[in-house]
Amino acid sequence: MTTTALPAKLTRAAWLGIAGLALLLATPLIASLTGTPYLINLVTRFVIYGLAAVSLDLVLGYGALVSFGHAMFFGLGGYVVAISSHHATDGGSIFGWAGSQAAVVVWPLAIACCGLLGAAVGYLALRTRGVQFIMITLAFGQMVYFILVSLQVYGGDDGLMMNQRSHFPGIDFSRPITFYYVCLALLVVWTLLCVHIVNSRFGMVLQGLRQSERRAVNLGVAPMPYRLSAFVISAMGTGLAGVLWANFAGLVTPDMASWTKSGELMAIVILGGVGTLLGPIAGAAVFLGLEQALSAWTEHWMIVMGPVLVIVVLAGKNGLFGGWLGARNG
Amino acid sequence: MDKTQPVPWVPTTLLRVQGLKKHFGAVRATNGVDLDVMPGEIHALIGPNGAGKSTLIAQICGEIAPDEGRIFINEKEVTATSAFSRARLGLSRSFQITELCPEYSALENVILALVLKTGRAFQVWRNPRRDRGLIEQAEERLSRVGLLARSNIRVADLAHGEKRQLELAVAVARDPKLLLLDEPMAGMGAEESSAMTHQLLSMKGKYGILLVEHDMDAVFKLADRITVLVYGKTIFTGAPAQVREHPEVRAAYLGDEHVES
Repeated sequence: MTTTALPAKLTRAAWLGIAGLALLLATPLIASLTGTPYLINLVTRFVIYGLAAVSLDLVLGYGALVSFGHAMFFGLGGYVVAISSHHATDGGSIFGWAGSQAAVVVWPLAIACCGLLGAAVGYLALRTRGVQFIMITLAFGQMVYFILVSLQVYGGDDGLMMNQRSHFPGIDFSRPITFYYVCLALLVVWTLLCVHIVNSRFGMVLQGLRQSERRAVNLGVAPMPYRLSAFVISAMGTGLAGVLWANFAGLVTPDMASWTKSGELMAIVILGGVGTLLGPIAGAAVFLGLEQALSAWTEHWMIVMGPVLVIVVLAGKNGLFGGWLGARNG
Repeated sequence: MDKTQPVPWVPTTLLRVQGLKKHFGAVRATNGVDLDVMPGEIHALIGPNGAGKSTLIAQICGEIAPDEGRIFINEKEVTATSAFSRARLGLSRSFQITELCPEYSALENVILALVLKTGRAFQVWRNPRRDRGLIEQAEERLSRVGLLARSNIRVADLAHGEKRQLELAVAVARDPKLLLLDEPMAGMGAEESSAMTHQLLSMKGKYGILLVEHDMDAVFKLADRITVLVYGKTIFTGAPAQVREHPEVRAAYLGDEHVES
């Protein structure tokens, strides 16, 4: 062979991913064998937050765009679903539309709304770099949060109940196990899509911009289209996670879009390993698992969680799983 | 230029800089620069530290906007054009301090440049690391600078001299018309430096090259013309022999060892 093939860096990550997937697939079985049905609810939360974390990692890890407002997409995705469900059941029509509970209508609508918001926010925020970018995304996130708080029709501070999960022909989302597998399937599809994007020409340029913007620009790269596209894709994935969360919890609140939620998502990504895509999924499991375990023990669970985060960050820049996953793929 | 011969046509310049001025507060970093680079020539830009070479390069590339004056690439005015558009017009450069993607391997850095050359980089369907054609092209480029054996090494792990060679390979991977080389020999030992000189000599004629360099031996070996920049102003442009003789240049810049011989 004259041509040296590039090392397939994803191999070990792929095996770990498959192992993780097998574990997630087996969870309902484990839950029924051990007689712990609440386990399914816990793992559904892992999966939904994992979806949001993978999306955030796409911009944070591969574009070096530290978005401190990503919860706005989580919140918006959830609210779009909850609001259309609200109008479909008891709220009357909105702008002449009766609302809907059909997943095939409402979910894409929610994702599209998040994509549009992402495009608008990204277009403005991406004119800045570094700390300014963090501040602008934070500001937009807070704007969305306060808009949601001020929506008295939709519950304001208290949020909005969703009486029923979205309908989908042939699949009953109201069964916990079914809904869990739906979330898991979406997580798998979305993660594979992100891996594909990262390894594509587009992904190569996006990461090139992160590593040396001057070099990339002097090779003819206009940074904005690459970064903005990544931001929009990320917003849509986070929005999908919000959609799932609204369905899972049966309730949306402005807190879904608050800056603390953005911080939580960022902590999950950093905990799991920035720029690994799979790491943040595991990060979600560790973060939410710890939160669950610690909050059962004390309501001041952050007192323990904080130092854990600090230790993980100090111990290595690749998070808990970055080392195993071969760090960033470029 | 020999005046006895008729000049049939005025050759088009690859780079033309006219009356360029840039000041930062009271500092006149660029204070009236006129400069041109012809196709196939190596035009060296020399000047003492603080003469404004880096600021000038940054303006030519589009990283800094000049206060006054005009810049043309291939006779197309680019004074207000963005840096990436200038790259697309055929300008490529190396940096004084290496600018490469440190986490990518040497091969990936060249592949990135090749992908961007095609103009079809904005797509998610193909994996450039599995593209046979791209890999072969990139390997050919690496072998030209003697880095083929190092193609899978991360740039961060390459030696300094190797990085400089790779940066040259990346800069020419786009097949540019005009090459700006900002101190390609910076930080190199005598041996590496002479290897780089040979490398540049072998490239001579393929590109118009604007060479900023402190290594006077290299400059006199390589340059067709030399422009001397002092206090942000071009004080003289001419053949290497003329530059050696020029009293003002000698006073301003050259040490005695270069004047004799």
